Amino acid sequence: MPESQMVLEIRNLVKSYGERLILNGISLDIHEAEVLVVIGPSGCGKSTLLRCLNGLEPINSGDIYLDGGLITGPDTDWCEIRQKIGMVFQSYELFPHLTVIDNILLGPTKVQKRKRADVIPEANNWLERVGLLDRADAYPRQLSGGQKQRVAIVRALTMQPKVMLFDEVTASLDPEMVREVLDVMLELATQGLTMVIVTHEMGFARAVADKVIFMDKGVIVESAGPEEFFDHPQSERAKRFLNIFEFTGIHRVAAG
Amino acid sequence: MLDSVHNALFAGENFRRLMEGLGLTLWISFLSVVLSIALGIPAGLLMSSKNKFLRGFFRLYLEFIRVMPILVLLFFFYYTLSRYSAINLSPFFVSVMVFTMWGVAEMADLVRAAVTSIPAHQRESGRALGLSELQINFLIILPQAIRRLLPGVINLTTRMIKTTPFVFFINMVDLFKVGQQIVEVSGMRDRMASVWVYGFIFILFFVICYPISLFSRYLENKYQSA
Repeated sequence: MPESQMVLEIRNLVKSYGERLILNGISLDIHEAEVLVVIGPSGCGKSTLLRCLNGLEPINSGDIYLDGGLITGPDTDWCEIRQKIGMVFQSYELFPHLTVIDNILLGPTKVQKRKRADVIPEANNWLERVGLLDRADAYPRQLSGGQKQRVAIVRALTMQPKVMLFDEVTASLDPEMVREVLDVMLELATQGLTMVIVTHEMGFARAVADKVIFMDKGVIVESAGPEEFFDHPQSERAKRFLNIFEFTGIHRVAAG
Repeated sequence: MLDSVHNALFAGENFRRLMEGLGLTLWISFLSVVLSIALGIPAGLLMSSKNKFLRGFFRLYLEFIRVMPILVLLFFFYYTLSRYSAINLSPFFVSVMVFTMWGVAEMADLVRAAVTSIPAHQRESGRALGLSELQINFLIILPQAIRRLLPGVINLTTRMIKTTPFVFFINMVDLFKVGQQIVEVSGMRDRMASVWVYGFIFILFFVICYPISLFSRYLENKYQSA
């Protein structure tokens, strides 16, 4: 596979809260159309990593480049950068006072100053693809959790970002709604959207990832293709972590 | 009986005076409510700020006003202040001032509750979309806060209106005082006068406050579906 263009480059990223070191020198490349899945135990820093990428958390040191341009300099206009780095969160974060369509149009019309009439066809197109065109005029409280997350994804996509960040977007969903959201993300992956996904859904991670990174205690412990990582994890830490998701019988419990 | 009603409410200048009293009641209420909202919003924003000193100060003020009977404040600023100092405030000024002091405290607490009830991730989602802090405040936080604020503000408004008869005690000739004067005069001849006059005042307060309550319920329903 020829080397495609680099979208995000992370060099030696360090982040701490006071004395507590959260990210301890993360370096990472994300290429165009690549799907990077970040997994690891709670508190390993994976969510913080995502939040650093679009400036929601200030970093202590290191560099982040978007399309070759440094975005961690002192005069970075994050409002500008965030238009190119879409993000979907774990908690349903639609704006409750706006309808589905107005939630989607807020960013494009207020931030990008595009005309409402120009954005609506694009928004409707996305809504149709996630199966929610008929809910365009509904308010968030009239939607299920899975529907809200699909709208949140559309809202981020309608900004036409270069890369999308997904921070455990199915973690607070009822099990039967997880699938519909993951299916949308799978479809986006096959269409060549560049994505960084933090998830605990291992089956999904394996299916969607071009590359998996395993983090623990603020560092990248392993980085590999999905088959390689899930079938032959190299580190003890990764093996133990993956074991949490295995239920092969009572005998294994003693062995673990 | 009709005669009795007529005499109590319409004899001589009675009706005109009642309406004048009503006008004063409404005027004091209106000024106090408007001032309370105008001053209470910034005070509430300060109360929800990170500054501990400011928060503590407003908290103390709010608690003080809440435990203090309105009547005590009216007496203090009207009688006590003029007796022991050179400050001589008009009863009208004292009325509006005391009701505003109360209103600001309550309003500020309502604003604080409304603003802090908006989850932090609303602001964060706005940021993630590239909205500026100003846009986030005006497009996301304030519209939600105002919705949560309205029922409380309307409730406060009716409470202030129905508490205004207290100004009677500092010689304001409001609706209630006019009523009392009429009863004093007509009551000598007709014992039913007090029923008609106070009954009429009762109805007037109801006519003023009930639509406000209805409006509040309408808004609550409207925003519940939003």
